[in-house]
Amino acid sequence: MNYDPPVFRMMGDRAFLVELGDQINPSINERVRELFLKLDRRPLRGVVELVPSYRSLMVVYDPLKTEKHRLREAIVELYQATDPSLVPEPRTLHVPVVYGGEYGPDLEWVADLHNMSPEQVIRLHTGTTYRVYMIGFTPGYPYLGELPAALATPRRETPRTAVPQGSVAIAQRQTGIYPVQSPGGWHILGWTPINLFDANRWPPTPLEMGDLVRFFPVQKEEINRWTSSKA
Amino acid sequence: MDIIESLEILAPGPLTTVQDLGRYGFGRYGVPPSGALDSFSLRTANLLVGNPETEAGLEITLMGLRARVQTDLVVALCGGDLQPHRNGKPFDMWCSQIVEKGDTLFLKAPRTGCRAYLAVGGGISLAPVLASKSTNLTSRFGGYHGRPLRKGDLLFSQAPDRHFQKAGKMLPPEGRPVYRGDWGIRVLPGPQDQDFPEESKRVFLDSSFTVSSQSDRTGLRLSGPAVHRKKNLGDSIISEGIVPGAIQVPGDGQPIILLVETVTGGYRKIATVISADLPLLGQVKPGDRVKFRKVALEEALVALRESEKHMDMLKQSQG
Repeated sequence: MNYDPPVFRMMGDRAFLVELGDQINPSINERVRELFLKLDRRPLRGVVELVPSYRSLMVVYDPLKTEKHRLREAIVELYQATDPSLVPEPRTLHVPVVYGGEYGPDLEWVADLHNMSPEQVIRLHTGTTYRVYMIGFTPGYPYLGELPAALATPRRETPRTAVPQGSVAIAQRQTGIYPVQSPGGWHILGWTPINLFDANRWPPTPLEMGDLVRFFPVQKEEINRWTSSKA
Repeated sequence: MDIIESLEILAPGPLTTVQDLGRYGFGRYGVPPSGALDSFSLRTANLLVGNPETEAGLEITLMGLRARVQTDLVVALCGGDLQPHRNGKPFDMWCSQIVEKGDTLFLKAPRTGCRAYLAVGGGISLAPVLASKSTNLTSRFGGYHGRPLRKGDLLFSQAPDRHFQKAGKMLPPEGRPVYRGDWGIRVLPGPQDQDFPEESKRVFLDSSFTVSSQSDRTGLRLSGPAVHRKKNLGDSIISEGIVPGAIQVPGDGQPIILLVETVTGGYRKIATVISADLPLLGQVKPGDRVKFRKVALEEALVALRESEKHMDMLKQSQG
């Protein structure tokens, strides 16, 4: 369901969420993106941080410089003013993945769960164009959706304490890529050499919310061709 | 401008990092604020030595930091009382003092609080990464090469001799926070308080929670009576942005106060700590007890203005 007008939810005395819907779908997410871009291009006084996500935009502000009702009014006004020219065409990032084996320790398990061959899992995973719904969890981590329903897989019961950098993983109807080694509860299908976060580069991640991602399979022998590439 | 070697780390203790007031504006890339958990103490220490309050200092966790002074300096140590010593003798906190080349500073063990902040007149000379000198430990950037300090690390400061005249400034005792092991933390309900039945809200506000040893700069994990969500609701929610101080309740009902190393989350937040009490969270240590008190937005803002007034007075007295 779409929320129109948006629902505001306070988070403490210096932030609120602007919710535009109650589910994961591209149209709600695109409206979040539009509102985010409007606020980003015409910053409101006192706003220090904007974090767009699946169905809401978090606005963090300095309560000594502005007030919530003032921001709220301005945001409702901006929300209603349509300006499609503001929203750039999404870019598509093609991501090479070495599937299975030591690179994708959960590929066989996922295939078994769905009564498929590993090749079928790979075909399904690479056969979809994914939308970057949000970036979060760790710097540069893209939440990509939606995974084909036939691959929907519950999270691991016990999360791993250390998922290697570059792991390509799935959970429920989502897929993602771990930009740094971190704990994680998703199932690892493969690995990519693409660097998804570099604090010394601008912008620090090759992906932004609203961009598109396609995975394609490569053999591990080919991987050197990609290690320094941004695809 | 002269950049001079100011400190050598002889022993880092369990965790000593370079932190300033954090990085904002990069949450869209999943980059959390990081920064000093107890910003009040870092800001105060900076102002006492004549730095801008936004300068980086050392955040020292619990104990064990040993550092050698490499040139005459003005320093100030604020925050938790970790029993600081200079050349084996007790060293005063909450004031700026000259330390001399060859002196050794040592923080022995916590008496009160959890973290101490050391500011050096002339700051910590490091290149900001994404507009901040704070250390991001998950993605290993910012601060000192993106990592905690180690034995043998050398820190540099800018023209420390220009700060000598600031020595002898102090924060009056009535302006210093008191750290007990029994914390009353003020919260505002939300953003998902409506997902908890009245009984759970009562449990949340009436209980005293124990801080688990699993706590770190990402979050304070609490254990106590379970705070159950409404029965018809799932374990998690659609991931969304979070701010430091948001109190999330995962499936097991044991609250986690989120701190500065994460910017999104997928669990319900029953309440959020008010800004005026955020610095205190940096002084809460494993084994402490935490009790929450609900306030209204107006009270939260009055408390924030009050704490900023102290900071303004300190700024003015520094001239």
